Amino acid sequence: MTGNGLQVLVIDDETQIRRFLRISLTGSGYHTHEASDGESGILKAAQVRPDVIILDMGLPDMDGLDVLRRLREWTRTPVIILSVREHDQDKVTALDAGADDYLTKPFSTDELMARIRVAVRHAAPAEELHIFSTGHLQVDLTRRIVTVRGEVVRLTPTEYALLRLMIQHAGRVLTHRQILREVWGREYENETHYLRVYFAQLRHKIEADPTIPSIIVTEPGIGYRLKSG
Amino acid sequence: MMDDQRPDPDALLAAIQKAEASEIRGRLKVFLGMAAGVGKTYAMLDAARQRKAEGVDVVIGYVETHRRAETEALVGGLEIIPRRQIEYRGTTLEEMDADAVLARNPRLVLVDELAHTNAPGSRHAKRYLDVIDLLEAGIDVWTTVNVQHFESRADTVQQITGIRVQETLPDSVLDLANEIELVDLSPDDLRKRLAEGKVYTPERIDTAANNFFRVGNLTALREMALRLTAERVDHQLQNYMAIKQIAGPWKSSERLMVAVSPSPFSEKLIRWTRRMAYNLEASWLAVYVETGQAASQVVKDQLSRNLALARSLGAEVITVTGHEVAPALIRLAYQRNVTQIVLGKPQHTPLQKFLRGGSLVDRVIRSSGDIDVYVVTGDKTQSSPGRQFLLPQPRLHSSLRDYFYAVGIVTLVTLVDLLLVASLPWLGYQAVGLTELLAVLLIAVYVGRGPALVAATISAISWNFLFIEPRLTFTISQVHDVILVFLYFIIAIFAGNLTARLRAQERLARYTADRTLALYTLAHETATAVNMDDVLRTAADQIQRIFQVDVAVMLLSGGGLSERAHMCSTIQLDDKELSVARWAFEHGKPAGRFTETLPLASAQFFPLLTPNRTVGVIGIRYRRNERLSADEALLLETFISQIALVIEREMLDEAAQQSAMMRESERLYTTLLNSISHELRTPIASIKGAASGLANSNSASDRDALISDIHGAADRLNRLVENLLDMSRLESGRLQIKREWCDVGEIIGVAVKHFDRCAADHGIDLRIQPDLPLIQVDFVLMEQVLVNLLENACSYSPPGQPIRVNAETRDGAVVITVEDRGPGIPADKLETIFEKFYRVPGTPTGGTGLGLSISRGLVEAHGGTLTAENNDQGGARFLTRLPLNGSPPPVKEAAL
Repeated sequence: MTGNGLQVLVIDDETQIRRFLRISLTGSGYHTHEASDGESGILKAAQVRPDVIILDMGLPDMDGLDVLRRLREWTRTPVIILSVREHDQDKVTALDAGADDYLTKPFSTDELMARIRVAVRHAAPAEELHIFSTGHLQVDLTRRIVTVRGEVVRLTPTEYALLRLMIQHAGRVLTHRQILREVWGREYENETHYLRVYFAQLRHKIEADPTIPSIIVTEPGIGYRLKSG
Repeated sequence: MMDDQRPDPDALLAAIQKAEASEIRGRLKVFLGMAAGVGKTYAMLDAARQRKAEGVDVVIGYVETHRRAETEALVGGLEIIPRRQIEYRGTTLEEMDADAVLARNPRLVLVDELAHTNAPGSRHAKRYLDVIDLLEAGIDVWTTVNVQHFESRADTVQQITGIRVQETLPDSVLDLANEIELVDLSPDDLRKRLAEGKVYTPERIDTAANNFFRVGNLTALREMALRLTAERVDHQLQNYMAIKQIAGPWKSSERLMVAVSPSPFSEKLIRWTRRMAYNLEASWLAVYVETGQAASQVVKDQLSRNLALARSLGAEVITVTGHEVAPALIRLAYQRNVTQIVLGKPQHTPLQKFLRGGSLVDRVIRSSGDIDVYVVTGDKTQSSPGRQFLLPQPRLHSSLRDYFYAVGIVTLVTLVDLLLVASLPWLGYQAVGLTELLAVLLIAVYVGRGPALVAATISAISWNFLFIEPRLTFTISQVHDVILVFLYFIIAIFAGNLTARLRAQERLARYTADRTLALYTLAHETATAVNMDDVLRTAADQIQRIFQVDVAVMLLSGGGLSERAHMCSTIQLDDKELSVARWAFEHGKPAGRFTETLPLASAQFFPLLTPNRTVGVIGIRYRRNERLSADEALLLETFISQIALVIEREMLDEAAQQSAMMRESERLYTTLLNSISHELRTPIASIKGAASGLANSNSASDRDALISDIHGAADRLNRLVENLLDMSRLESGRLQIKREWCDVGEIIGVAVKHFDRCAADHGIDLRIQPDLPLIQVDFVLMEQVLVNLLENACSYSPPGQPIRVNAETRDGAVVITVEDRGPGIPADKLETIFEKFYRVPGTPTGGTGLGLSISRGLVEAHGGTLTAENNDQGGARFLTRLPLNGSPPPVKEAAL
């Protein structure tokens, strides 16, 4: 059971969504709490102190973004937002405002579980990561050596910084702005073409099939995600 | 000419229209008096109180009691609308608050002193215009006025009393009145009242009694007032008879024409003609002949005033061009069936008349044929400029420099001649004279009339002095030389005059041609304009260029005038000016500078009128603060009506397009409904069926299958909904493209990820050109395009047959190709497959037929193209072409 009795708070106004989430989550070993609107959601979060919050952006009483901001005023609990396809910009804004990940409706529970696991993992500060590996890729973070299928690959300092950032947030989505800010600095936070160029280069070096990448995945309109386990 | 007994159809129509109009308007009752103090205001108030007692809603708009006790007593008990306070140059003036009256909307309002001029800053320059506003709003108005205030009577009053009347009313205002009540008092009774202090305060009594209020004056004024009332009654009787179609003693339909000139005397002529026309029951024209002579601003202003006066008195104002006044007048007279022409008595001396072939009057009389000519005496002090004098007037534009040129040329020629005569003795003085004459002619052509005159004089004198025997003296020994010199002089003058006139004619002809060309260009350009913006831009350009003015255009929008000026405008309008424009729009009359309404505005606003409605307002700001000449104003008006028609045409076009679009969307709606209903219901049926199946099932494998069906059906529904949403966004035009630099290979990679199963079944072959340049597109939308294309490929391609995706640069664009090994597309359907809801007959079910249409819409929104063709193996190939424009700035390594 992956849940380990962790507490999940679901804030969504749709009864059916709450129901299937509850069933799926409890089926996987989580404890669930529910709220059907923003105000009561915030209240519940304060009362229950969940380990993960699932927040729907289309709430009746408040903008999901406002709920997120108010939560972030006093808690670092991971928040996963639920949104619909058209609202890419809203998702980016939410992620930049402190949401940890997102899901687009309709979604499968497999995806949800994966995202919750990743979010929880990053919330609990684990020990220092020394070696990271996924698929054919292995990265020694202390000695800064990258190997693909056992062969050492030379990365430029920028490419390495990029890869390391993605590894630090393995499994979680990072927005364009977040990546640019972290690697190049605040002044570059709108230069998305940098990412196109550098990720292409990186993919060429570390992916089995650069055109259909399996390690670093593009989240259209949002950013990038490094897939892990 | 009409049969004397039958009513003239035009008059009948006018009478009926007036009767109709008076139903929707408020009724105007005028209390007319001969002088101040006869008791008009008193009578008005008295009658008003009676009305109030009968229950009518009466208010006072403006009543001036002049602190006469009896009048003041009558005011009590009537509701008074507070006056508007206007600040002007440090003092506070009070005027009637027309807006407040309109808001109050009484049945009847009392407005004293109809001829009053409003303080600057009021909406209208004159109170009677405010009264017209009130009448048009359906409010009845009672007002007072003295007979001296009417335009047609003003001259006579001045003659009688010696006092110039300042505030005048056009006679047409009196025509608006439904009732006139004459408040009559005998002169003696009035003088008695004056003496008793019931008219003016004590200090003013004596002056009044000795000037205006002399018995002779008052008697004459009384007669005028009585006569005016009688005329009106007579007119009303005529109207009545006309409406009831009672044949009465109709006068034959005559038409007068008065020639208007820029002289102040013209005013008197116009008023005289008006009275004559009134008495003869005839219509009348006021005509100005534009001869193309240059005129000073003062002259232009006077002419405009004269024409405006004629218009306000009810004339039809016509401007014609011609290089000679008399023939132009006669021509027009025949065209318009004029029966009498009115001219002013000429001022020229007999000699001038002889040499010029007679004065204007003579020439008109000569060619007048059947038309009567009335010649009216003018003031001896005024002369009429603009007529062609015998002595050539110095051209107003001849500068001092021109004169110097003339003198210089003559001097030069003389010196040359001196040299020639000295070196060639057989060259006689006659030849010299002719060369000098030639010089004078050239000066007349190229410099001007004035300098030519001066040159003629100088050359004659120098010819005499230097060349004619005895030389170096002013005497002439031979008689025939005297005649020679004399004739030389005459010829020089004539020739100079003639060439100058020729030049003027030429200029006039060119001017007329220019004007016609301008009108033609306007018509042509606006006819070929593609849409409203084009039309307005062209029109504004033309007007700006030709009249040297700045333009603003506001169009009809939602039933009223738009708040914002159209973007073709070159001036900004503030709120005040917008409200002036709105006034012009609502009343269908020009307003603003150089008009009577709100003349303090910085621009002049003309409503754009068409037969059906007003389509907008055009504002003209003159760059130099002077009004246009009569001719220019006429041209401008023609332009404006042309523009109005073109605008209406555009509006009708747009309306037609709208309705065509509505029909089209009706059609789409029906098609959509038909197509969608099946597509939506099928997966829903699957889900419901599977759900109930689950309830009844025992076998785990069955359950798995049903669950898988539910997933599949939900996916199908999802895709359908996405398609519909995309379609509606595209159609509504509210698609927002978020362009950013994207890697086409990356987009393809993401799109292909959706088709794992298809990749397993068919195999997807990707060939992406290395170092493909980045292009600026919307990532998500382009992904959508590729997903749709791949979906098509996957569903049409037989199992095992690979799908190929290519990406390369070709001819300055990135070309993405998606091909399959399916059945291909029939050659004649290569375009139709992109239509909404189209599916090639015989295709597997599932899908709305929207995918390709959406893809094309998205690609085209990026400025690219999406086309279909068949490949060599018989399958279909879709090419998406996205133009490359520019490249992103180079990237830099991070500073770590």
